[in-house]
Amino acid sequence: MTQPVFIALQTTDTGRSIVDAIVADNPLAQAVEYPAMVKIDSPGRLVVKRGSVEERLGRRWDVQEIHLDLISLAGNIDETDEEFSLQWRKA
Amino acid sequence: MTATTAARPAKRLGIKEKYALMTRGLGWDTTYQAMDDVFPYDKFEGIVIHDWDKWEDPFRLTMDSYWKYQGEKEKKLYAIIDAFQQNNAQFNIVDPRYINTVKLFLTGVTPLEYAAHRGFALAGRNFRGTGTRIACQMQSIDELRHAQTQFHTISHYNKYFQGLHDATYMHDRVWYLSVPKSYFEDAMTAGPFEFVTAISFSFEYVLTNLLFMPFMSGAAYNGDMATVTFGFSAQSDESRHMTLGLEVVKFLLEQDPANVPIVQKWVDKWFWRGYRLLALVSMMMDYMLPKRVMSWAEAWEMYFEKNGGALFEDLARYGIRMPKHYEVSIKEKHRLSHETWNVFNNYGHAAAFNVWMPRPEEMDWLSEKYPATFDKYYRPRFEWYAEQEQAGKRWFNNTLPMLCQVCQIPMFFTEPDDPTQICYRESSYHGMKMHFCSDGCKNVFDNEPEKYIQAWLPVHQIYQGNCFPEGTDPTVPGFNPLVEVLKYYHFQLGADGGEFNTSPDRANWEKWTGQDLSAAPQAKAA
Amino acid sequence: MAVIALKPGYTATPKDAEDKFHGNRLLYLGWDQHLLFCAPFCVPVPAAMPFGALVKEVLPGVFGSHPDFAQIDWSKVEWKDSGKPFKPDFDKSLADNGLVHKSALRFRTPGLNGIAGSCS
Repeated sequence: MTQPVFIALQTTDTGRSIVDAIVADNPLAQAVEYPAMVKIDSPGRLVVKRGSVEERLGRRWDVQEIHLDLISLAGNIDETDEEFSLQWRKA
Repeated sequence: MTATTAARPAKRLGIKEKYALMTRGLGWDTTYQAMDDVFPYDKFEGIVIHDWDKWEDPFRLTMDSYWKYQGEKEKKLYAIIDAFQQNNAQFNIVDPRYINTVKLFLTGVTPLEYAAHRGFALAGRNFRGTGTRIACQMQSIDELRHAQTQFHTISHYNKYFQGLHDATYMHDRVWYLSVPKSYFEDAMTAGPFEFVTAISFSFEYVLTNLLFMPFMSGAAYNGDMATVTFGFSAQSDESRHMTLGLEVVKFLLEQDPANVPIVQKWVDKWFWRGYRLLALVSMMMDYMLPKRVMSWAEAWEMYFEKNGGALFEDLARYGIRMPKHYEVSIKEKHRLSHETWNVFNNYGHAAAFNVWMPRPEEMDWLSEKYPATFDKYYRPRFEWYAEQEQAGKRWFNNTLPMLCQVCQIPMFFTEPDDPTQICYRESSYHGMKMHFCSDGCKNVFDNEPEKYIQAWLPVHQIYQGNCFPEGTDPTVPGFNPLVEVLKYYHFQLGADGGEFNTSPDRANWEKWTGQDLSAAPQAKAA
Repeated sequence: MAVIALKPGYTATPKDAEDKFHGNRLLYLGWDQHLLFCAPFCVPVPAAMPFGALVKEVLPGVFGSHPDFAQIDWSKVEWKDSGKPFKPDFDKSLADNGLVHKSALRFRTPGLNGIAGSCS
């Protein structure tokens, strides 16, 4: 698919740390702010790393906690204990 | 067992292994009864599945994680709702006309969340693939949660505004609510594969942005933080639903080439049915949001023509093409909202929300967004309405409309190439005429006529005498069928519906907030 | 196939057979290029009603609130039945004019083009 992947997160305390981690770990990603929300587009792939989020949050964080701040996304998901990533799967 | 072995703790399972063990790992093929007897509904549609294990679970949530995270979302949501109520934040709405979008939402959309809960429970029961069953079961619980959170949130508005007091009862009976109701019932009475193609793919993936974005952004722009909150809370579930929708269609197409024409037929049907349903959203965006987010035409261009176009480009590799009649949706985008708002201004006295004419600056916005159509076809009639209202003769239409047999919408749609001509299409089935608003709806009927001849069409049911309160005697002198039908609908006469400018909602708002809405420029007469 | 169903031979009863309408039949009425009326109308009428009575007694109640209605020259009106040109006999009944249950009757009034000529 020629479209970028994206993730949209609520602007909560945790959400802000996740956004910062994504922007740091995905150099091609573009973050845009909307009322109460941040939408991040990335060509090809976007990864959320547990370690990066924990560094910024100052506490332990499970990758699946992303559900609490997630608004929407586009892309095929891959989840491990260390990261949550989006990319388009080829047939 | 040695002392050393007993002392070492078991290795913690990784997210993928845990998921596999707790879901697929718990499934089994039955032996006391044949699998086909245990799952009697997943073959009759002609869909062929060779290998259910090829289903890729979009989100790998086990029940313990699911409950934990959903529970936390709920606590946050209800804390915000409490704060909203405590702060009387309903008075932060920028303009009380906005609340009519919430009325439309609660009566039209929230019952669909409940229907989705039932539909996914049924689909979940009927798929023999474990991963698919689990995804459907989680979605079923999500949808019940959405129905509940919406009722909780909007119950606060019910204390202050009309038309919100009996949403599920109205959904089952009222003329414009049979449109969403019949849409979902069409899906629920189909087999499980059609159901997920219709709802998970066509509705929750292809068209979802055209339902949620307008309502939720509309809420944000117009000061309705309660709706924004439940919107965000629901959207995180929606991302799971969207990935289910995309996964299901790819799974079906990859399993067997025989599935391709069946899926295409469903894609055609459900694009069209979903598009017709969205007419209500088009009018909501262009006419009912005092602070407008974008025009319907812009939303359709962004979310269907661009995003949808890219999606179908991707599906072309499987032999799937764009849905039939999609080009009609593009032709109609400059007319849809105006024609739909006209329906509710014709019949606003029989609706459970208010209607009104756009103000001069709103008409100017419409002229700017619709340069080819608004001033030519629609401004003249809206200015005429305003003229009647200013003369104290607010006009409503007192004769019931002709409905489309399939989408159940009044036949207000115009010929794709002629905005001045109503689009009439017809079929004959076993000697009876059936009428449709479009080629799209006619095609749906012609493919499965036995289904749609059973449609409970509100106008026809009224004429059969089935829409009066129990014990009503239509032969009594002075019998007023309209009044009796509105009583049957549980509308509060003179309070719900009708012209906003003379409504209790307006009078109450002015009393409670001290605002003087007559200071706002009124709609301009011709 | 008439519907995809669990077992072959699925049939259903239509909800809107003529005998459900208390001695009337349904007739749909549309005035072309007068889209102030958002859609054509649905009215129950006796099959034996003379066509002239439909025009004189029913249509005014249905369409009369439109500013163009009073100016209609009924001798110049063009009719269609289910999309086909139709020449009604005002003295004959609806049934004898070939209007069956759920017929869709349309009329056009050349020269009258709705509110401010916008076809409203």
